[in-house]
Amino acid sequence: MAAISRNEVANLARLARISMSDAELDHLAGEMDVILGAVARVQEVAGADVPPTSHPLAVSNVTRDDVVTPSLTPEQALSGAPASSEQRFKVPKILGEE
Amino acid sequence: MAAALNNKEISAVELTNQHYEQINAVDKDVHAFLYLDKEGALLQAKEVDKKRAAGERLSPLAGVPLALKDVMTQKDVPTTCGSKILENWRPPYDSTVVTKLKDAGVIILGKTNMDEFAMGSSTENSAFGPTHNPWDLTRIPGGSGGGSSASLAAFEAPLAIGTDTGGSIRQPAAVTGTVGVKPTYGGVSRYGLVAFSSSLDQAGPCARTVLDAALLHQVIAGFDPKDSTSINQAVPDVVAATKKLDIKGMKIGVVKQLAGEGYQKGVENKFNEAIAELVKLGAEIIELSCPNFEYALAAYYLIAPSECSSNLARFDSIRFGLRVGDDKVKSAEEVMNLTRQAGFGREVKRRIILGTYALSSGYYDAYYGSAQKVRTLIKQDFDNAFAKCDVLVSPTAPTTAFKIGEKSNDPLAMYLNDIATIPVNMAGIGGMSLPCGLAEEDNLPVGFQIMSPAMKDDRMYLVGGALEAALLSKWGKPILDFAPKLVGSK
Repeated sequence: MAAISRNEVANLARLARISMSDAELDHLAGEMDVILGAVARVQEVAGADVPPTSHPLAVSNVTRDDVVTPSLTPEQALSGAPASSEQRFKVPKILGEE
Repeated sequence: MAAALNNKEISAVELTNQHYEQINAVDKDVHAFLYLDKEGALLQAKEVDKKRAAGERLSPLAGVPLALKDVMTQKDVPTTCGSKILENWRPPYDSTVVTKLKDAGVIILGKTNMDEFAMGSSTENSAFGPTHNPWDLTRIPGGSGGGSSASLAAFEAPLAIGTDTGGSIRQPAAVTGTVGVKPTYGGVSRYGLVAFSSSLDQAGPCARTVLDAALLHQVIAGFDPKDSTSINQAVPDVVAATKKLDIKGMKIGVVKQLAGEGYQKGVENKFNEAIAELVKLGAEIIELSCPNFEYALAAYYLIAPSECSSNLARFDSIRFGLRVGDDKVKSAEEVMNLTRQAGFGREVKRRIILGTYALSSGYYDAYYGSAQKVRTLIKQDFDNAFAKCDVLVSPTAPTTAFKIGEKSNDPLAMYLNDIATIPVNMAGIGGMSLPCGLAEEDNLPVGFQIMSPAMKDDRMYLVGGALEAALLSKWGKPILDFAPKLVGSK
């Protein structure tokens, strides 16, 4: 049995905000099945007593002092935006027509 | 080069121009560069020459040209990460690495090609076409930093910057006969390095000799408050270590698991010959077992995609980069979906989907959670090994450079290239690749990997420098002198 169905891949693509054609979905579902079959080996080795490692360094909550430092101007910050107006990012419509 | 500059035998402007001439002559065949910043580079070079003429004290690498992997931001210079989604993006700030390079007077020639968002082992995943290996233009230059390694092997630049998440500095170095170093995680700032997998990514030096890499390492390394995972400790003196050339009595561990099945015969032969050189130099060789390395590849291909699915969410068509389908009718979400469909390549989509799956509820414990546990076991394997020896060694990559197109339709075969380099990233320690000869089957370069404990990067430079000197006297000339000459090359 396949580890993952085409429908599941379609749902993941939706969650990841990537449109996919039927051909792309067909192809990816097959590949994902093979890859998942290979990486599932991680389940064979580590018992419940092994703690997880998320990061190579044991650091947490590194913060800087709360002081103002030089930063980008609004023009610089917006310089790479596909669309902007009045010193703001301009986005496509976010509410449906009522 | 640095000495010639210092003795005023050549100016930085002349040296920079010579490298652009070489790029003009060969890069149509090699395609190492995505962007050349000739104007900016010559301006920088003029500045260095002026300072030298005025008798100012300059850094050892002042005036030496460098190729920068296109995943590092450089102010007002395009930074694409090899992706359509960032085509034409010009960042408004310098990465810390670039700031340090500029401060040291290093001349940045341009940006080098790479697998899209550093995901790949062949540079075939670049949205702007593959880079070709200068040893054989029909073969891959490694990846993801194939542009950086190829620029060195083609004499288009004497120094380069790479980034290494699972081997993207070391494997390209191995297959192009150059030197590449992944420093200890946290040793070089990630500020301005476009994130792929934040707990694994590390920038480092690429060069044609171990000493050049050490000099560059010294320039770019060090604590940076702008990177919360930067290590606040003194940088080990890697330059002094490289010059020492004395490894008598050092304990060098050979990892049993990083050999055998899947490794090309010629790769194993050259590796064993290098081991024999280390013995001659007075090192003690110890065979060691790291049983959990067997699971490193599987764990990596869960952890890296998981982190990437989160990191790449920032490419949302709102704040920078591409926007597709904004016709004033479609919603923000539809535009986002279409932009990411058009902007990301196949491998990037594959990894985002895989990571989204591994992190989704119901699968999290089985996949991402288990992979994190494997990471703990790999760290323990390294700890046990380093209790018995000073450094560990292995071949860098299981094979020499393969043909362009040979593995591009088989993701799993492609992932196997990273089998020997991945454990280093998982544990956050240091790793170096240097050339150890040409495989007898195909006359292509083989990489020798040296791994050292966290923040003991000087140890791999010590062993690397000594081995390089021994091999050089055996060969009679640098390995790149054995490469076929490129058409038009100066």
